[in-house]
Amino acid sequence: MKQDILLLIWTVIKIVAIVLPLIIGVAYLTMAERKVISYMQGRIGPNRVGFGGMLQPIADAMKLLFKEIIIPRVSNRYLFLIAPIVSFVPALVAWAVIPFGPHLVLANINAGVLFVLAMTSLGVYGVLMAGWSSNSKYAMYGAMRSAAQTVSYEIAMSFAFVGVLMAAGSLNMQNIVVAQSGGFWHWYWLPLLPLFVVYWISGVAETNRAPFDVAEGESEIVAGFHIEYSGITFALFFLAEYASMILISALAVTLFMGGWLSPFQGIPVLGAWFAWVPGLVWFVLKLCFFLYLYLWMRATFPRYRYDQIMRLGWKILIPVTLVWIVVTGALIELHVGPWFS
Amino acid sequence: MDLLVEQIIFFAFAGMTVLAGAVVVAVRNPVHSVLALVVAFVASAGLWLLLEAEFLALVLIFVYVGAVMTLFLFVVMMLNIRELPSREGFVRFLPLALFALAAIVAMMVFVIGPQHFGLAQYAIPAHHGADYSNIRELGLVLYTHDVYPFELAAVLLLIAIIAAISLSFRGRRVGTRSQVPSAQIAVKSADRIRIIKMASEPKVKR
Repeated sequence: MKQDILLLIWTVIKIVAIVLPLIIGVAYLTMAERKVISYMQGRIGPNRVGFGGMLQPIADAMKLLFKEIIIPRVSNRYLFLIAPIVSFVPALVAWAVIPFGPHLVLANINAGVLFVLAMTSLGVYGVLMAGWSSNSKYAMYGAMRSAAQTVSYEIAMSFAFVGVLMAAGSLNMQNIVVAQSGGFWHWYWLPLLPLFVVYWISGVAETNRAPFDVAEGESEIVAGFHIEYSGITFALFFLAEYASMILISALAVTLFMGGWLSPFQGIPVLGAWFAWVPGLVWFVLKLCFFLYLYLWMRATFPRYRYDQIMRLGWKILIPVTLVWIVVTGALIELHVGPWFS
Repeated sequence: MDLLVEQIIFFAFAGMTVLAGAVVVAVRNPVHSVLALVVAFVASAGLWLLLEAEFLALVLIFVYVGAVMTLFLFVVMMLNIRELPSREGFVRFLPLALFALAAIVAMMVFVIGPQHFGLAQYAIPAHHGADYSNIRELGLVLYTHDVYPFELAAVLLLIAIIAAISLSFRGRRVGTRSQVPSAQIAVKSADRIRIIKMASEPKVKR
């Protein structure tokens, strides 16, 4: 019994060690987004609070914390308050199975990829509940758009996962990373390139980010599902969106870019030089690249039209994945290249 | 894991399942019913996890909660029924409902009662080690022993998909206008705008 309690305390400490950096990461991701996009648009961005604007996210968080929470009189009160929580929690729970290093993972379970899929698919309920319980037309439209988009792109995303599962022969995240060891050219982004591209596009669509942000298109439906939210309830939606962005990037790193593996592995001199660097560093560096990609896409592409989003998802991405799953099967059967030999 | 801890988890999830099931039929708002059904699904997934059937549990959440119930919720929200009218006919149909309830309970006790599924017939399933993979076992059974029923089910689903599409797709009718995406993508700027070179205005002398 005493051992159980110790285990419980140790697990809670580990959870805090994941969630706390994640929240700080979310805060500074909003900062990075504003800075990166402003430099891309020839502006300077926030530079008043703290050194070079570095305390801006803290100031924003304080502002949101102390704002009044307004609950619309005709809203469905309880659902209205539960919705932000329902959208925030799955974005955090899925982090339990992401490996940060050779032994750095909270739950090294055999069905890791399935667990992530199950948890990310729960996030849509927060959006739907928020849209419906607000009892507002724009919120309802936003929720409808978001739900349809998420359900459609989830299919393409799961098919992209299937390719990785076939290649690695395991659903365990740690095994998938280890199966890619051998250096930059051994990672799965190369043999599964079409699946990688499909995964990334549907990942961006799943998180309702530009250019697929029709769920909150400012010019069309003001702010979509969270139009009636204020203060900390709005902040929770914001946190959920950025936490799932980081999650989607972490999944891209784990499944296609070798997770915590060093990119210099197998290169004669460089490999030995960088052997001492802990896996966490490589993981975070790769993560930052994908997060930058998110911001880059937001600053570059105009928003998709709704029917074009649906067309892209159903008629282009899903057939591409279906074909490449068959190709992957052939590659594995023929023991092609350094990946499947 | 202790047996006590396991029992606490089991009764928590089992209680949640039953409670959510009762809420589904008890509440008057259809959206609340659907959300209660979601809770019931998640709770029963927890029960399956307790049986070390992690594949089924996660697929239950992924497919039923993540996709099917989302569409349910979608439809119920679109219907725009705020609240069902008062329970008219509750008293009138009560005897019939009680009879049906009694019949169902009797049938369940008879079919899956302790005389068939008691500890004497089925021992407590053994706990497996950490290297046991339920997915692997399931795959081995599905693709060897039960491969024909499995393929048959797959073909049935394919037929259902084709039937659904052919029932709802009425073909392109004459006179209706629709977009041709390939033509839209192939458009060049020269098709839409004409750039005219012209001499700039002479400088105005002040």
